[in-house]
Amino acid sequence: MAANPQPAARLQWFFGAIALPSGWRVGVGPMIAATVLTLIVLSALFAPLLAPHDPLAMDALQRLKGPSDTYPLGTDAYGRDLMSRVLTGGQISLFIGIGAAIVSVVIGLLIGLVSGFFRVADAIIMRLMDSLMAIPSILLAIALVALNGPSIWSVMGAITIPEIPRVVRLVRSVVLSAREEPYVEAAMALGSSMPKILWQHLMPNTLAPLIVQGTYICASAILTEAILSFLGAGVSTEIPTWGNIMAEGRVYFQIKPSLIFWPGLMLSLCILSINLLGDTARDLLDPRLKKREG
Amino acid sequence: MKFKSRNFDQASNVLEITGLTVRLTGNDKADPVLDAVSLKIRQGETVCLVGESGSGKSVTSLSIMGLLPKGVLAATGGHIELEGRNLLELNAQAMRDMRARKISMIFQEPMTALNPVLRVGEQIGEVLDTHTKLPAREKKARVLDIMNQVHLPDVERIYRSYPHQLSGGQRQRIMIAMALILEPQLLIADEPTTALDVTTQKQILSLIAELQEKHGTAVLFITHDMGVVAEIADTVHVMKLGRIVEHAPVETLLRAPKQDYTRQLLQSVPSLSPRAPRAMPEGQTVLAVEGLQKVYGAHGVFSRREPTRAANDVRFSIPRGRTLGIVGESGSGKSTVARCIMRLIDPTEGEIRVAGKEIATLTRRQLRPYRRHIQIVFQDPFRSLNPRWTIGRSLIEGPLNIGEDKQAALARAADLLTLVGLPDDAVHRYPHQFSGGQRQRVAIARAIAMEPDVLVADEAVSALDVSVQAQVLDLLDELQQKLGIAILFITHDLRVAAQICDEVLVMQHGHVVEHGTAAEVLSNPQHAYTRALIEAAPGRSWDFANFKELQGA
Repeated sequence: MAANPQPAARLQWFFGAIALPSGWRVGVGPMIAATVLTLIVLSALFAPLLAPHDPLAMDALQRLKGPSDTYPLGTDAYGRDLMSRVLTGGQISLFIGIGAAIVSVVIGLLIGLVSGFFRVADAIIMRLMDSLMAIPSILLAIALVALNGPSIWSVMGAITIPEIPRVVRLVRSVVLSAREEPYVEAAMALGSSMPKILWQHLMPNTLAPLIVQGTYICASAILTEAILSFLGAGVSTEIPTWGNIMAEGRVYFQIKPSLIFWPGLMLSLCILSINLLGDTARDLLDPRLKKREG
Repeated sequence: MKFKSRNFDQASNVLEITGLTVRLTGNDKADPVLDAVSLKIRQGETVCLVGESGSGKSVTSLSIMGLLPKGVLAATGGHIELEGRNLLELNAQAMRDMRARKISMIFQEPMTALNPVLRVGEQIGEVLDTHTKLPAREKKARVLDIMNQVHLPDVERIYRSYPHQLSGGQRQRIMIAMALILEPQLLIADEPTTALDVTTQKQILSLIAELQEKHGTAVLFITHDMGVVAEIADTVHVMKLGRIVEHAPVETLLRAPKQDYTRQLLQSVPSLSPRAPRAMPEGQTVLAVEGLQKVYGAHGVFSRREPTRAANDVRFSIPRGRTLGIVGESGSGKSTVARCIMRLIDPTEGEIRVAGKEIATLTRRQLRPYRRHIQIVFQDPFRSLNPRWTIGRSLIEGPLNIGEDKQAALARAADLLTLVGLPDDAVHRYPHQFSGGQRQRVAIARAIAMEPDVLVADEAVSALDVSVQAQVLDLLDELQQKLGIAILFITHDLRVAAQICDEVLVMQHGHVVEHGTAAEVLSNPQHAYTRALIEAAPGRSWDFANFKELQGA
């Protein structure tokens, strides 16, 4: 991510112009990002209603047609409607993105809390996490697909597993510093049980960084899914995803670039919006940055 | 008590501040941070600026240095005159030139003021690099010379040392060397001894006095400690809420303060004379510690390092309704003892009997039912309450753990708040809405909620201003009388110990060197270390609260 979190003064209107009622200032950029993302999510959710055609229905007579009234974005090499496919493809992509973010954050949070608080468990867990981190997600995906066949779950696993150690490290570092706070020691002296201390005193400290981390995981998962599908190691080719559509369109790229352009555009907009929102969340939740502006 | 009584009528002014007003930028309606502050410092004079936190002492010093945080605070009126030039009108370049050559400053925490990755000799040399053009050999000679002047041992070795290799006192000497190497007219010392132990403080204070005499430097000394004021000041300025409320030569001010605020400030300085002995109660012993030992770094078969004995053969007992003080400097092991007794860390050896039950060897789970008998109040009121929790939720955490009904606990929490002198609607508020002293009251209420037999106060009043400190000490005393709890009071401050303790235990390097009633230990110390501690307490022969010499001193 950007090394300099402080937006340049001349970009102030873009990053920090509109004051929300809560006193937080949110710029035009994040507002646009939120709008775009909402539209993409809605279009994916309501794809069955919005799509003019069945995304899987082939029509041999209508192969590689340009935009027309019946096919607003044209058709692909099998005569399937591109617009219907792009809209439907968003469902899988977003499902994998959000799913991977939630699963890795929840599992990472639990492991990280335990690892940060109990010294003995820490040594073992962190070595395990180090070895997990060494596995490239693409290699893992190919292995999982080879074992289980191409499916959403193989892809989800391949994306989620390498993300977990990153979340664990983040949570652990927050817990390590928070557990030294006198209020945690006071809770021990008051006879609170370990699970209670972990959950009620330490866990809330990790929420802000986790929200930020979650958005980044979501964006990178959508991208990784597209890459895996593009390489043929992802979701099975009958199911349209943005990556699959692009992979199939690659062959006809020179005669019909729109086969890659439209899913690519949706993918870029989606990831850009999520990242922008993640940056905004980081700035809003980081008290140090807030102070500097004040 | 011998005060400084030199006459400065003939001496020339070094610094003259007239009507200095500092405001929050962009907020002209808010009260000014400094309101028409005027003071002058003459050659060779030590001016002390005293006041509680938030009174504007440090803002005054930062204004002189031209270091007010940009965009937050700005001087909107007045003059700061040094050698006929108004410092407020100088541009950044000219101001930089003034610093170190004309005015220099030393800070409270020498560890953070020094760069940890540069050798200290180079850091002193850097001052010369910025302001002079000396050949390397001459530069080093001057650095070694000033290091000798601040009485650092083995200067060649220390020249090559990094800050972390030096003790706190040595680091502060390095800071003083840096500040004085260019022989400035004015030295600003902002709480320079607050982070140091009393014995080190005494050395640093006499060092500053010695160098001041040698070089004729004027000193602006900022402190909250009246004892230090009595030792070193020529003239004292008392600040409150951005105003100077009173100024006078030191003896006049301490003998006959004119303003109510000054009287109040002096009256809250705890006296070094121990409290009147209380009758020994017939109550049973509630905390007994026997042969307590804590060793760090003992395990590790291949480790050649000598294990550190943080506490060694500590033994004492406290009956109901009495207060035992553990006194010592940093590293003496007093906090280690407190944390062992609380079982926040595990003792290596020894017995701890709380309300008749041996708890030193219980597992965490076995320990939980006994936790309620012994509770702790920590030093830092800003970190000892969970900032995300309401006061009420913090107060009922313990009672819920021992199975009390939530509604009953909440009702009792409101009563507890009244007991510690806070409004009972505080239950619904958050810690950040309270001052340090109020938060410490909440922390005490939280401990009392468990109805403990023993309350451990680990430097519980050290972070508070003197007037608040006095109130919290009174509160502890009152609670003790009402509830009959025993208090284990850990402190580095002999004055505080004298005020509250029945018995005092003096620790040094993990060993108990002296143990007796407060009257015995403080009036007739047997061990050399205890004597050194008492001797180092600044202003020890002055009774601040009664504006006169301490009787029998």
